[in-house]
Amino acid sequence: MSIRFKVEKRVDVPKWLPLATSVGSVILAFLLGGLLFKIIGGEPLKALKFFYRAVFGNWAVFSDTMVKATPLIIIGIAVAIAFKMRLWNIGAEGQFYAGAFGASLVVLVPLVPESSPKFVVIGMMMIMGMLCGAIAGFIPGYLKAKYKVNEIITTLMLNYIIINWNNFWIFDQWSDRGFQMTATFDRKAWLPRLADYAREIPAFSGVTLHLGVLFGIVAAVIVWWIFKHSRWGYEIKLYGDNPEAARYAGIDITRNIILVMAFSGALAGLAGMAEISGVVHRLQESISPGYGFTAIIVAWLAKLEPFVIIPVSILFAGLIVAGREIQPSGLSFLLQGIILFMLISSDVLLRYKVRIIRTEQEQV
Amino acid sequence: MNFTIILHSGIATGTVLLFAAIGEIFAERSGILNLGVEGMMLLGAMAGFGISLATGSAWVGVLVAMLAGGVLSLAHGLVTIHFQADQVVSGLSLTFLGTGLALVLGEGLTGQTPPLLVDFNIPLLGAIPVLGPALFMNHGLLVYAGYLFTPLAWFYINKTRPGMHLRAVGEKPAAADTLGVNVYGLRYLYTFVGGALAGLAGAMISLSVSPGWYSTQTTSGQGWIAIALVIFAQWNPFRAALGGYLFGMLRRLILDLQGPSTLLGFANPLYINSNYSFFLIMTPYILTIIALIIGSRAVARKKGGSPSALGIPYIRGERGR
Repeated sequence: MSIRFKVEKRVDVPKWLPLATSVGSVILAFLLGGLLFKIIGGEPLKALKFFYRAVFGNWAVFSDTMVKATPLIIIGIAVAIAFKMRLWNIGAEGQFYAGAFGASLVVLVPLVPESSPKFVVIGMMMIMGMLCGAIAGFIPGYLKAKYKVNEIITTLMLNYIIINWNNFWIFDQWSDRGFQMTATFDRKAWLPRLADYAREIPAFSGVTLHLGVLFGIVAAVIVWWIFKHSRWGYEIKLYGDNPEAARYAGIDITRNIILVMAFSGALAGLAGMAEISGVVHRLQESISPGYGFTAIIVAWLAKLEPFVIIPVSILFAGLIVAGREIQPSGLSFLLQGIILFMLISSDVLLRYKVRIIRTEQEQV
Repeated sequence: MNFTIILHSGIATGTVLLFAAIGEIFAERSGILNLGVEGMMLLGAMAGFGISLATGSAWVGVLVAMLAGGVLSLAHGLVTIHFQADQVVSGLSLTFLGTGLALVLGEGLTGQTPPLLVDFNIPLLGAIPVLGPALFMNHGLLVYAGYLFTPLAWFYINKTRPGMHLRAVGEKPAAADTLGVNVYGLRYLYTFVGGALAGLAGAMISLSVSPGWYSTQTTSGQGWIAIALVIFAQWNPFRAALGGYLFGMLRRLILDLQGPSTLLGFANPLYINSNYSFFLIMTPYILTIIALIIGSRAVARKKGGSPSALGIPYIRGERGR
């Protein structure tokens, strides 16, 4: 008897398989990462235990993880919209910084009168954050739609441009007594946090989770609805799956490319607004440990499904939280790279299957 | 500010972009879009620096850097050639992977002083007025190698038989396959070549052009600039080299603008307030976008300046394009 392996194209994909490959690739990536960690002289099991305690150990640290998950959720959804249309927006990092800049304008110029109530200040910060993010997304979208300029490179170059733009304002115009940060915002510009209600509910004491996480959940619902029920969502998906068919269907591609990029940028900008209004409370350097890039992996791992992005974001927020403590610091970056690689490799299992064929014949 | 100095420095930093961009041209001409150049370059910069420190030989460092970049690129090759994954996503993951590997393995390298690549003069040619000192004096061997490499790469791609196979694989893989050209094999080969040249470019930064290991700041986005150059150059090595040199000169010019207290008779704002330099740091990235717009419009006019099978996996036995 001899055994032969035969690779065949799959006709239909079982429902459980995409989930299984996603989970499988994360597990495999952790194993590989652990092995690498071992090779360079670390103790993977200890690190894993440490990881668990640093991320989910108690309410306070879990809330910290959720605070880190908030921008990932919002940006993850932002890039997922663009990816559905096969627009590679890898400029979410810059759009996040643009949003933070726009929100700061409201407080530092200031764009609203000093006596405005809190909801006006916050509302205005959200609008300006989304507007600035949308502009940062519009530019590559316009260039792509009108001149077929590769959006990967323009969005990426804009990251560097916007971060330096922010730095100029932080170091120069808005510098607080020469420090590399602006003055702390007035409390009216702070997003409500659970800790603010500690007097009424003692359990909330020290819990830093802020309203931004709600932005993420609302964004997930809206985007889910757009893709499930709206004509616009259908057009985006159709173009992403088959540009030729979309063209024949008479879809205005130029307009959609620009709209999708601006919408994606606006959401990433909202994440930047939520970060400085909910966490940092001023504009400063390095407000993001690469959220814009991690969110790409999050979105891909979640297969661009808005509701799946939420739990995946929490896992990756854990990686970021632990990454601050675990040395060497590049390890969480490496792990993210391995996860993404495992994931796209495992996709081959969705397209092909390996059949084991036993043949009962005599060996000649 | 002195033209010779700007040209000299532009040639040196431009050579980094030249190697990375021509490497990417090889990969893309075979149909493989590898967006992981930044990751491979950073890994190369780290490997070159670290190995030079460990072995005491900068050239061993350069060799290992090329090998590291090449091997890393094979991960992209495997995933896109055999697993038919999306080349954009795979290239992005390669950037993550290369950056992560470089940061983890490069831990503790900052501040070390390994042997660097030495600069030397070329006799006779160095005596040419103005250009001589800029082009043929006080450069490392790799800069001089770049002068030869560019025409050789062009000749190889356009005038030799293996070069014809390379182009065939990137333009019409199914036809090439019918003629007995090993499509998969050649795509792996040129992906590796692209990776090795990106690794070389990285090592050139950390061992020669701006020596040192400054984690992600070492390459600071030059891998992406190289990819933009490929489009700007319309997959032509000569234009890539020229673009690289021009880019290098602009970077130096930008640095030099901060020095003098007056510019063209006016007070130099950069001299008065150093914070304006943030706008200077932006300039290369803005120029990249502009170069890309120019390149893309040219490609659009010519209708198909890019290899026609770029980014499309070749599946044997299916109707090819």
